[in-house]
Amino acid sequence: MVTGACRPKFNLGPALIRFENVGLRYGVGPEVLSDLSFEVAPKTFQFLTGPSGAGKTSLLRLMLLSLKPTRGLVSLFGKEASQITRHDMPSIRRKIGIVFQDFRLLDHLTTYENVALPLVVRGKEEVSYRHDVTELLKWVGLGDRMHVLPPVLSGGEKQRAAIARALIDQPSVLLADEPTGNVDPPLARRLLRLFIELHRSGTSVVIATHDLALMDQFNARRLVLNEGRLQIYD
Amino acid sequence: MPAVWCSMRGGCKFMTEPAEGNAKSTRTPPQGGAQASGADQTANSAAARQQRYNLRSGRNIVPREGVAGQALAVVIAIMSFLACLTFGAVSSVSDTATRWQTDIAREITIQIKPFEDGGMEDALREASRLILTFEGIGKVTVLDQAQTARLLEPWLGTGLDINELPVPRLLTVEVSPGARPDFEAIRKALADKIPGATLDDHRAWVDRLVAMAWTTIVIGVSILILVLAATMLIVVFATRGAMAGNKDIVEVLHFVGADNRFIAREFQRHFLILAFRGAASGGGLAAALFIALGLWSQASRATPQGDQVTALFGSFAIGWLGFVGIAAIVGLIAFLVAATSRHTVLAHVGGLETAISAAKRPD
Repeated sequence: MVTGACRPKFNLGPALIRFENVGLRYGVGPEVLSDLSFEVAPKTFQFLTGPSGAGKTSLLRLMLLSLKPTRGLVSLFGKEASQITRHDMPSIRRKIGIVFQDFRLLDHLTTYENVALPLVVRGKEEVSYRHDVTELLKWVGLGDRMHVLPPVLSGGEKQRAAIARALIDQPSVLLADEPTGNVDPPLARRLLRLFIELHRSGTSVVIATHDLALMDQFNARRLVLNEGRLQIYD
Repeated sequence: MPAVWCSMRGGCKFMTEPAEGNAKSTRTPPQGGAQASGADQTANSAAARQQRYNLRSGRNIVPREGVAGQALAVVIAIMSFLACLTFGAVSSVSDTATRWQTDIAREITIQIKPFEDGGMEDALREASRLILTFEGIGKVTVLDQAQTARLLEPWLGTGLDINELPVPRLLTVEVSPGARPDFEAIRKALADKIPGATLDDHRAWVDRLVAMAWTTIVIGVSILILVLAATMLIVVFATRGAMAGNKDIVEVLHFVGADNRFIAREFQRHFLILAFRGAASGGGLAAALFIALGLWSQASRATPQGDQVTALFGSFAIGWLGFVGIAAIVGLIAFLVAATSRHTVLAHVGGLETAISAAKRPD
């Protein structure tokens, strides 16, 4: 089913992320994203796709409130973005797991320390999460690489470490920017399986990708960006 | 998905079935690990065994090492050294001036000018007797003719017959320790009973010494303030540099939900350690210098050069209070650096949130 980009179609339940006629331009340039209206409901799975340069990363950054929209309304967890103060921002971001396209692992921390970072900033005691972090690292296949610094890891290992870091605190929403961009097809399938399991455990997942083969493996909602406009295929 | 990990969400449906490749992950990692050589694996497992005992997370979120960090520690050490040197010098000069002041204040001089009726010896005896009647006077010494001639030797040469010249005679009076004699009453009694007698309580010298000591202290404290201000400004620039250099770290911390205070605390801790290392080195060096100068001063006490230096600058001894002061300066610099870096980081991180709308398009 194709939904018109300008006609918002919202579920009745409270959306985790809601965009209403959102537009974004950088500086005085043209709008890179226009009239985006959609929502990410709880416990849903969606692919965000489109050609390179379509604005997928910009849209993810808008969802993360890392960018301010030029116009329109963005709401996160029922709160309109303009009402979210600097003080509220950390607690909002703690509900969102993010996997960056370029991993953003801290090179001076070990894999274990990188994955535990979200828990450290929450002030949790080492003893309370040590087992979980090691289990998760084993789960993503980094059980014997947890003491290694990121520069030593391969692209795929970095990707899995970044995913583990996003998952460690069980976020309400997971935003992943090209999470399978640096891995071979078998590992991509395995990572997708991980995201699906996360989704089934109650997390809403948004995966930005232009890998059609990956999307074909799982029947999920598709948000397609093209020339700054969004089409939704439920 | 691991059972324990999933159970925190109320249980995963697919926990019983491990992910594809999970079982083998414990033996060979699916990607990079599979390509690792045997030697690499041995090294890794050895490293793992070694680190199993100190597996900790979140340590040094701001990396400690780096040329910039070492340079900053050296700059802080130099500033700390200068601050401690200034403090020690001020302390030493102040102690010396106080000692001079006390020494001078403990001695007064009575001068009796020659008068027409003669009888200088009688006048000296009378003055001596009179002065001892006042409270707080410890000892009176009449400078005899030979001693008076020796005082005039630098100007009039040797072989002087003092009786041929109308030379005033002097009595030195030692004031008892802690006593404060009534100099005005003594002066009045001397003027009434002994013609030509005047009392010099060295007030002019004492006033000058006090003024000099205060000037030295004010200059020293001003230099200290300037050094501390320069240190803080250097730290502001260094913190900004560190923030720019660690921009990725700050961004990642933001995205994983760290609040500004957490980020500021991490940078503050980083700079506190750096500053303490630098300040302790500088302060330690200054303390060592004062100890060495004090030892040299003691060793060369009997020599003419040593006496001259001691007369001019004192004994270089800053006492235990001086060392406490140096330790306090080290602590103060470390505190100021930490507080400055925290303030700078909070301002910088606070600005990040407001600046995002003007950001460049991500690549």
